[in-house]
Amino acid sequence: MSVDAAELKRRTAELLAAHPPADTAPADFLTARFAAGLAWVHYPVGLGGLDAPRALQAVVDAELAAAGAPDNDPRRIGIGLGMAAPTLLAHGTEEQQRRYLEPLWTGAEVWCQLFSEPGAGSDLAALGTRAVREGDDWIVNGQKVWTSSAHVARWAILIARTDPDVPKHAGITYFVCDMTDPGVEVRPLRQITGEAEFNEVFLTDVRIPDSRRLGAVGDGWRVAQTTLNNERVAIGGMRLPREGGMIGPVATAWRERPELRTHDLHQRLLKLWVDAEVARLTGERLRQQLAVGQPGPEGAGMKLGFARLNQEISGLEVELLGAEGLLYDDWTMRRPDKVDFTGRDAGYRYLRAKGNSIEGGTSEILLNIVAERVLGLPAEPRTDKDVAWKDLAR
Amino acid sequence: MSAQPDLLYSEEEEALRAAVRDLLTDRCDPAGVIARTESDAPHDLGAWKALADGMGLAGLLIPEDDGGQGATHREAAVVLEELGRSVAPVPYLTSAVVATEALLACGDRELLGRLATGRAIGALAVPLHLAPDVAFPAVRVERGLLHGQLTGIADASCADLLLVPGDDGGLYAVEADAATVTPQVSLDLTRPLATVTLDAAPGRRLGDARPAVERALRAGAGLLASEQLGLAEWSLTETVRYLKDRKQFNRPVGGFQALKHRLAQLWLETVNLRATARNAASALASATDANTDTDIAVAVAQSYAAPAAVHAAEEALQLHAGIGMTWEHPVHLHLKRAKADSLAYGTAGAHRARLAALVDLPSP
Ligand SMILES: Cc1cc2nc3c(=O)[nH]c(=O)nc-3n(C[C@H](O)[C@H](O)[C@H](O)COP(=O)(O)OP(=O)(O)OC[C@H]3O[C@@H](n4cnc5c(N)ncnc54)[C@H](O)[C@@H]3O)c2cc1C
Repeated sequence: MSVDAAELKRRTAELLAAHPPADTAPADFLTARFAAGLAWVHYPVGLGGLDAPRALQAVVDAELAAAGAPDNDPRRIGIGLGMAAPTLLAHGTEEQQRRYLEPLWTGAEVWCQLFSEPGAGSDLAALGTRAVREGDDWIVNGQKVWTSSAHVARWAILIARTDPDVPKHAGITYFVCDMTDPGVEVRPLRQITGEAEFNEVFLTDVRIPDSRRLGAVGDGWRVAQTTLNNERVAIGGMRLPREGGMIGPVATAWRERPELRTHDLHQRLLKLWVDAEVARLTGERLRQQLAVGQPGPEGAGMKLGFARLNQEISGLEVELLGAEGLLYDDWTMRRPDKVDFTGRDAGYRYLRAKGNSIEGGTSEILLNIVAERVLGLPAEPRTDKDVAWKDLAR
Repeated sequence: MSAQPDLLYSEEEEALRAAVRDLLTDRCDPAGVIARTESDAPHDLGAWKALADGMGLAGLLIPEDDGGQGATHREAAVVLEELGRSVAPVPYLTSAVVATEALLACGDRELLGRLATGRAIGALAVPLHLAPDVAFPAVRVERGLLHGQLTGIADASCADLLLVPGDDGGLYAVEADAATVTPQVSLDLTRPLATVTLDAAPGRRLGDARPAVERALRAGAGLLASEQLGLAEWSLTETVRYLKDRKQFNRPVGGFQALKHRLAQLWLETVNLRATARNAASALASATDANTDTDIAVAVAQSYAAPAAVHAAEEALQLHAGIGMTWEHPVHLHLKRAKADSLAYGTAGAHRARLAALVDLPSP
């Protein structure tokens, strides 16, 4: 019998009684919460969950928030939570799951994603980073780029080419890479906001033990689909209260500063307020659907909507602020320890939101995915289908 | 904020959908609906009888004690999705939702009982384009007799019972044969409008008009989003089907990226529309009379649904191109309904203006 809402409330109360948030160090509280199976309730027992319906996580979260319990700051560990964890759950060995999931969830270990390369962005399966087997290890060489949070990450999910003689999708293998290993070099890559949230990562003769392979040799593309589908939901499908996203600061400014109001802005604000509320409801509906399965290509829709909305709202916000909108808070080159879409001021939000339609698959690619995999429309003509990766033009 | 609304469909709701869709596939095929629009009787009273009486759907919102099914707006919304998909010319929204809600507000058990069986069709005599919170016209009441004219009344031409606001603030029940109902030539061929003329017509006062009309139009606006969802879904599905089939330049035109992206965009709008329509239906199902959250849910749904449904139907026409421009292809029925729906029970702009007050984003 699966655990129901009442049982989860009981267990949450038990956790709070044994570890009162006021007198417990946040890290200890999070560890205890994981052990109690209240981290992600739909995960298996022993891995931070209770095999409960995914939708019931909300019950636990609400109780804990009301009690002032510490959270694990999803903005800091978003890649671990949103992408690495579901991939480990679906494709990892039990040993891997036991090793990685707890520190991932408590935030003790941050994860990053070594997928994109200078020559392989949208066409991710064209990647050229090589992994060559040597005894029990794989020797990895190559360059990754735009790697968010690599500078604070302990682990990375990595895809590399293990067989150049087969077509590009077939010769890829999926690994967990230790970012502290010799041969891993992380260099900041400054972005349009002034800060360096992402990086270039150079991999030179990095040794990865075969025990850190995720899925079968050559099956990395399929494993990566789990990551990518979850990434789109993680980026676009967050649970928010009404006015919880980018629309919040705009609505607040509108209420508090009547001198900024114009009729034109009013019309645009109301339209975007509605769009934000609609996106929130769509996310809620998606989560209710997910409660019964893994995300499919539908998650692409959430990300598409999220990107457009964030860009339109943050654009409006800069305009609404008038003279202040012409200013920027800080151009200093910094290396933030978290990915923060909504932080800082309106100018930052406007610039950072431009990445929302690029990271995790560009909007053009996501529209292709919806058209082909959801609507079943014919695929783009392909010239690379039966060609070995090594024979492709690059 | 209250508990998260259930935005999915239950198994019973899916079963209801399947039954309604079966019936409509048999009875409201596109060619039949088009032929009917050119006849003297644009409403399909046979299909109505099968839905209302045969399946008991006219009484979904009416309590069992009053002869109805005692179901909720969530079930009525599923029926409306299917009716929207097939642009069925039946007075479901106007009678089983809007007129019914007005009677529920007045608590008139006798008339509710008549509407519940579907043997009588009701129409609220308020112009279709009015939003729930605006002033509506009323007729003169003199010694219990009603005098005056009301135009733009949806489905009045097939109604047995008219619910008419009087200038004394009351809502009156008037038997249709005591009134003169003149059809207007309407943009929407499947939900035609009519003028109602009352010349000393006897009416029975049911209660206060304002709260009854407001409640009726709020439910109408909220559930209209489900009809719009059905329209948008049909437009998308038919267009995807056609573009997979239709070849130009030696390949299916649906393989051209410019078109794929437009269809993916429509899909996204339809997904959004579904979430808002479900939210509005759920909110109405659990609403008390004065409930801001329900008002917000309805206003959000109508702000989003109308342009989304029109966009879907317009894209369907453009992407069907020449064939879409013909009278024999049903896309024009959907476009006309979608455009008329975008005015019904208040435009998106009117609902955004309502929202401004509801969520405290005042105009300059
Ligand atoms: C803020 C940010 C953070 C990121 N973080 C990470 C990270 O942590 N880890 C990681 O691995 N990667 C990360 N990325 C990289 C991101 O995934 C890629 O930038 C993205 O996949 C696009 O690849 P590209 O930049 O090479 O663009 P390209 O693939 O070169 O695309 C150029 C243009 O062509 C369009 N295009 C390409 N192919 C098609 C097609 N078939 N049809 C239509 N249009 C097409 C694209 O949409 C785009 O507009 C990040 C990117 C950003 C902006």
